[in-house]
Amino acid sequence: MSASSDHANSVFASVVQAPEDPILGVTVAYNKDPSPDKLNLGVGAYRTEEGKPLVLKVVRKAEQLLVNDPSRVKEYLPITGLADFNKLSAKLIFGADSLAIQENRVTTVQCLSGTGSLRVGAEFLARHYHERTIYIPQPTWGNHPKVFTLAGLSVKTYRYYSPNTRGLDFQGLLEDLGSAPAGAIVLLHACAHNPTGVDPTSDQWEQIRQLMRSKGLLPFFDSAYQGFASGSLDADAASVRMFVADGGECLAAQSYAKNMGLYGERVGALSIVCKTAEVASRVESQLKLVIRPMYSNPPIHGASIVATVLKDRDLYNEWTVELKAMADRIISMRKQLFDALQARGTPGDWSHILKQIGMFTFTGLNANQVAFMTKEYHIYMTSDGRISMAGLSSRTVPNLTEAIHAAVSSVA
Amino acid sequence: MASAMLSLASASPSASLSLQENLKISWKRGTSSRINFLGSDFSKTKSFTRTSMTVAVKVSRFNDITMAPPDPILGVSEAFKADTHEMKLNLGVGAYRTEDLQPYVLNVVKKAENLMLEREENKEYLPIEGLAAFNKVTAELMFGADNALIQQQRVATVQGLSGTGSLRLAAALMERYFSGAKVLISSPTWGNHKNIFNDARVPWSEYRYYDPKTVGLDFDGMISDIKAAPDGSFVLLHGCAHNPTGIDPTPEQWEKIADVIQEKNHIPFFDVAYQGFASGSLDEDASSVRLFAARGMELLVAQSYSKNLGLYAERIGAINIVCASSDAAARVKSQLKRLARPMYSNPPIHGARIVSNVVGNPELFNEWKEEMEMMAGRIKSVRQKLYDSLCAKDKSGKDWSFILKQIGMFSFTGLNITQSENMTNKWHVYMTKDGRISLAGLSSAKCEYLADAIVDSYHNVK
Repeated sequence: MSASSDHANSVFASVVQAPEDPILGVTVAYNKDPSPDKLNLGVGAYRTEEGKPLVLKVVRKAEQLLVNDPSRVKEYLPITGLADFNKLSAKLIFGADSLAIQENRVTTVQCLSGTGSLRVGAEFLARHYHERTIYIPQPTWGNHPKVFTLAGLSVKTYRYYSPNTRGLDFQGLLEDLGSAPAGAIVLLHACAHNPTGVDPTSDQWEQIRQLMRSKGLLPFFDSAYQGFASGSLDADAASVRMFVADGGECLAAQSYAKNMGLYGERVGALSIVCKTAEVASRVESQLKLVIRPMYSNPPIHGASIVATVLKDRDLYNEWTVELKAMADRIISMRKQLFDALQARGTPGDWSHILKQIGMFTFTGLNANQVAFMTKEYHIYMTSDGRISMAGLSSRTVPNLTEAIHAAVSSVA
Repeated sequence: MASAMLSLASASPSASLSLQENLKISWKRGTSSRINFLGSDFSKTKSFTRTSMTVAVKVSRFNDITMAPPDPILGVSEAFKADTHEMKLNLGVGAYRTEDLQPYVLNVVKKAENLMLEREENKEYLPIEGLAAFNKVTAELMFGADNALIQQQRVATVQGLSGTGSLRLAAALMERYFSGAKVLISSPTWGNHKNIFNDARVPWSEYRYYDPKTVGLDFDGMISDIKAAPDGSFVLLHGCAHNPTGIDPTPEQWEKIADVIQEKNHIPFFDVAYQGFASGSLDEDASSVRLFAARGMELLVAQSYSKNLGLYAERIGAINIVCASSDAAARVKSQLKRLARPMYSNPPIHGARIVSNVVGNPELFNEWKEEMEMMAGRIKSVRQKLYDSLCAKDKSGKDWSFILKQIGMFSFTGLNITQSENMTNKWHVYMTKDGRISLAGLSSAKCEYLADAIVDSYHNVK
């Protein structure tokens, strides 16, 4: 029987072509562009001043140690992942002196970076938690709604970004969370909100915490930029620690994609802080039932690198220095872009470039302006106007400045 | 009010008893058996005596969650680790062990990792569908590099998280695009298959497979059950080295299975976790899949490199979907990506690079084939030794030849649950309760001990 006779009758006839992922699709489009001036400000992956991807020196050192260790094997990890990695990750985000950890009230499971941690946490909640609605900030990372929906939660939004002020719509946030049903799940960006770069102040976080605790709302933190926002790992975990310190429960998804540059290794962790150690133990057993039919157990390589770095005092210190250098370079890019736009006389208030925190700037450019910049200037970014400062360099700031100037001057 | 909230909120659990006037009481609400935490109601309470009621400051919102049982397969290793007996033997999970019962990292893998270190490759995100070089070599390994399918671009290949992750992606696609279609799985099958389809919400039913009377394939039952299923069902087939039984159809039987699947417009779905491990030959072990593909059938194949490249913990595999046209393959691939993105965004690089370096490099590929033959060879020789020991020790005349006929890492001993428990409790031999033992975890040195255990469990325990 020849293959050609079956062409007409594919069982996949009704399967339509899916569009490219809006964020990762930017890189796909960028790769196709032959222009030598092209600039990828799409996905949040750090680039050096030379525009190159960066593998941290501590990561290379850790990898050397691992690959050269004759006693290392590739046996299946436990379903919950590498034990050392889990303990160290919990300490990193909750603090080495965290009471919750000391009281064994925290269960931490290794997952596939931030996405995997969010998905496993959401699946767990969809099965075991009585409230199946999660409130996500408006706007949020493009992948959040899909992760939660496919996990079986229903998604609602709370006001977050105010386009008028290019800052936090705090009143709107309090109102929306205040009118959420008791016990509802609330997604919070621990720091360096993606895509806006707008974070609550410490006082605002305290108010959010009080409101949430009074309504029994369940916090689910997404921590993808610890160390990247301010340059300090502890400062960037303050929001999470504030909630944990009050003795209440929460979930936290951690990613090492950015802060350790381990993007493709897919390293992350999901922690669930429970009221008691006994509950934490039962929760962990149920997390395993979510993971086993999804991928059985997590990948070892990236987690081993992280554990190696975190447990060694010298490597850890070296890491904090490299991390601060990355955060500082991004802050200097903010300044350069702002100064260049000022010098160019580009219409509008661009101070938000300086005020926003983390890898991204929410420029305020609209979809038409973005499309214009891609077409005329080969600048790639997501259509919501988000640019990754990590992808900028002193060399490319002038081109971006020109592009922004042209876009706001000629495109409505 | 705000300050009262603040003081309560910041009270540590151990201080709570002294704050009895601020205790929050949780209670069962209505018909729901879940304990709801009501945040906004404060109750002023009298102090309770401990005998009358357990008072919690705040009861966990996860309080109703029960302790899940340990995984029936992976939990065996946990139990084994806890056992201190000197003769203990882990025949639970299918992970290859050397004659010294040590885990084995293949030489080609070490070479590949060193090459990768030297090249100082970056750690950027892979595309959602995974490493292109890996996807290319994995499809070629499965279907044959010169297969027309590949030239015609009719295979949608997406890197997945080993076998499990690849099966799960396919299951998610089935749920979304073949709503209501069910998957037929063999009785018995790998323990995690049901979990995967359950979690993906794909209905399943079983087809007869293992015949305990013959300790062989219930071929008529299998054909009959596949025929009886609704047209257009998915049929999950083990490409080679059936897990847990080790019983594979013969080439003639594969042809007949393909016939009935085509008659019914079913969709074959191969789980290939042991390519190279069954016979020692990568090509021979792919023959069932290639037979179906050669008939022009659309089919799915989940691959794993956990066993054959010893990359267990790196989680490297692929889902391949052979479609009638390159257009269909492109569309299917795009939808697989759409399912992977909200699960883990993109797959891990390390294992993918190792595979593409080994399979893509002729020298390393040949070395791999040799190591593959060595591993498969050790298992065959251990089968022989176990068989010989059983024959020597068991005078009942029972036919143990199934040990030799079964293929791959596992042997389905025919021991029932109580007998399997006896193996563990009395003999410290760890195995799964379905009577499956992993020969990959057996050394020739321990064959006699194992034979004693099996003979005892089989004859003295009901």
